Amino acid sequence: MNTEVLADQVVSDDTPIANKEIHDVIGAEYAPGFVTDVESDALPPGLNEDVVRAISAKKDEPEWMTEWRLKAFRIWQKMESPDWAKVSFPPIDFQNISYYSAPKTMKDKPKSLDEVDPKLLETYKKLGIPLHEQERLAGVAVDAVFDSVSVATTFKGKLADAGVIFCPISEAIRDHPDLVKQYLGSVVSLSDNFFSALNSAVFSDGSFVFIPKGVRCPMELSTYFRINASNTGQFERTLIIAEDSSHVSYLEGCTAPMRDENQLHAAVVELVALDDAEIKYSTVQNWYPGDENGKGGIYNFVTKRGECRGNNSKISWTQVETGSAITWKYPSCVLTGDNSIGEFYSVAVTNNFQQADTGSKMIHIGKNTSSTIISKGISAGKSQSSYRGLVKMMKHAENARNFTQCDSLLIGDKCGAHTFPYIEVRQPSSTVEHEASTSKIGEDQLFYLQQRGISAEDAVSLIVNGFCKEVFKELPMEFAVEAQALLGISLEGSVG
Amino acid sequence: MLDIQNLHATVNDKPILNGINLQVNAGEVHAIMGPNGSGKSTTAYVLAGRDGYDVNQGHISFEGKNLLDMEPEIRTRAGLFLGFQYPVEIPGVSNMYMLKAALNAIRMHRGEGELDAIDFLQLVKQKARELNIDEKFLYRDVNVGFSGGEKKRNEILQMAMLEPKLVVLDEIDSGLDIDALKVVADGINALRSPERAFVIVTHYKRLLDYIQPDFVHVLSEGRIVKSGNISLADELEEQGYGWIETAPTGTDG
Ligand SMILES: Nc1ncnc2c1ncn2[C@@H]1O[C@H](COP(=O)(O)OP(=O)(O)OP(=O)(O)O)[C@@H](O)[C@H]1O
Ligand SMILES: [Mg+2]
Repeated sequence: MNTEVLADQVVSDDTPIANKEIHDVIGAEYAPGFVTDVESDALPPGLNEDVVRAISAKKDEPEWMTEWRLKAFRIWQKMESPDWAKVSFPPIDFQNISYYSAPKTMKDKPKSLDEVDPKLLETYKKLGIPLHEQERLAGVAVDAVFDSVSVATTFKGKLADAGVIFCPISEAIRDHPDLVKQYLGSVVSLSDNFFSALNSAVFSDGSFVFIPKGVRCPMELSTYFRINASNTGQFERTLIIAEDSSHVSYLEGCTAPMRDENQLHAAVVELVALDDAEIKYSTVQNWYPGDENGKGGIYNFVTKRGECRGNNSKISWTQVETGSAITWKYPSCVLTGDNSIGEFYSVAVTNNFQQADTGSKMIHIGKNTSSTIISKGISAGKSQSSYRGLVKMMKHAENARNFTQCDSLLIGDKCGAHTFPYIEVRQPSSTVEHEASTSKIGEDQLFYLQQRGISAEDAVSLIVNGFCKEVFKELPMEFAVEAQALLGISLEGSVG
Repeated sequence: MLDIQNLHATVNDKPILNGINLQVNAGEVHAIMGPNGSGKSTTAYVLAGRDGYDVNQGHISFEGKNLLDMEPEIRTRAGLFLGFQYPVEIPGVSNMYMLKAALNAIRMHRGEGELDAIDFLQLVKQKARELNIDEKFLYRDVNVGFSGGEKKRNEILQMAMLEPKLVVLDEIDSGLDIDALKVVADGINALRSPERAFVIVTHYKRLLDYIQPDFVHVLSEGRIVKSGNISLADELEEQGYGWIETAPTGTDG
């Protein structure tokens, strides 16, 4: 890659706070850390062509899909795990992971919620995602994914009336093969990167969304990913297609039990927006982050990319990342269509020993394309947080514009924040603006707020929420509230 | 209400306060004057419980309770308010939002229940009006980009909102223009009541002329070296501190 590093801003151990010891004490309570006791039908650990075939068979996939997976697997075998991110972890033994696990009760493919194991429904209820008709969140359709299968998808009928397809991707492969064939892998190719190639070979479930021409999706769509089984990786695959002049807002949430071992989550999400279409994709990521000593937690290695394929289209990513032991994730926009718009709004929180290397890529291809990146990194404890972003102005991207702002907030003096912006310009009429700042929650600020009667912990929340508000305002209302609460929990114990 | 006995405190192991005695009763207004570096702000921080200000001798009781045992926010909820000499900027947090969080924390402590958004808005706007503070300051981030005088007025607004029992104001008059000084003094006077006490740190007699404190104390090298009434402030204005510092240790007022 012909990239140029413009700035590498590092703030680390060398700024002690006078008079106040701010340190990590009690680990925050991770409420979704429970395990659901269900018998599962799992493949034994290990990865080879037979495993890929077995996954495909479990999903009753057509031959072309099996071949697609095998092709990806062969590509993956020749690739190396990337080492450029500012994260460190022992090498992953890919032969020691199980690539498929589903509750046994899902084997008979329940036709309705009444046939779904109550234990599974109870799990989602506990997580605040009721699936039963009468308790559902009004206006939000949910696809609930449990390990490698989708347990239920709500409001399917109502959505179908509007012409919207919202179903597990495994179902789409069987029922809408032409759409899947046309779009799957069209944004993130099989050989894109190590983890996306792995995902393409072994992906299990995820959601498929198709919004036909001219339709404004009548409700928010969401997928809730739950890892439950131990020793199992989750390889979600999501594909969202918005045809001409359509509009959709999609949300993703995720949690996992607390376990001592690290678990791999390697997802691929592809978005396609055609002429005048708009896709808004929001994520509240709360995978188990590991304990206060850095034991356990999810490795979250994710490829998310959207293509504004049509003119005047728009894709907007909003993410609130509080979980995972390691996050490696760069939701990106390829702005192919003229006048298309890409946006990335991110809050990434790391505490204790969490590591996050996250950011965005904006690839400007069409004329008058514009993009905005607002990244807010918050580091506490002994965590490390990096922003890594690429803005690329291609040869024909006349009058393209990008604005990037990345701000880091440090809590305590043992954490680090880093910024790695890469800018590549091949079209002289384009403009790229980059702003960065690093600040620290000062003892004086905390004392001032405490003197006003606000507890130290609430004071941190107040400052952190203020720091993130530009991003929170991009989230749908209910989720903004959830995200704020989550932030408070993630930073619990970060001041003492 | 407040009883400070033989208070010794260090900052970064450096002794700053060397035996302060001060009794403040409800309804009283005490002024503390004294040269730069004499320990006035340190005294205020010790009262408010700032980390790093270590008390190694003496004790402080506030309404019969041991103040030094309480966390800073608990002291505030119990009724102690400190107006800062240098109010702190808090980017991203609006004045309004902070005030609401503060007021509700205090109200919860008093068992009054949280104020809802509408009542709060009404209250804060009314107080701002009374203190001649433009409403737009309520929507700005706490003290960010405020001028020196605006920051001080913001402290007074917070005081008025939180209705403390004991108000400690550290150089609230520094940096105020003549009109603002009058507004701030009026704000303080409006809050005076038989149940409330004030400790006002200042370098200038002008504020004291408006407020007419009951007692004036002079702090020097971490000790109260002289106490008197408002006429002491007049003497200081004329003669400076030189004549006092050599005088024998005075006591409480
Ligand atoms: N963090 C610190 N480290 C070392 N010395 C300190 C610290 N904080 C205060 N001091 C010292 O303590 C002494 C008293 O300071 P203090 O701020 O209480 O004075 P003051 O009476 O409020 O002065 P002024 O009128 O200038 O506001 C000063 O000599 C100051 O330098
Ligand atoms: Mg001072």
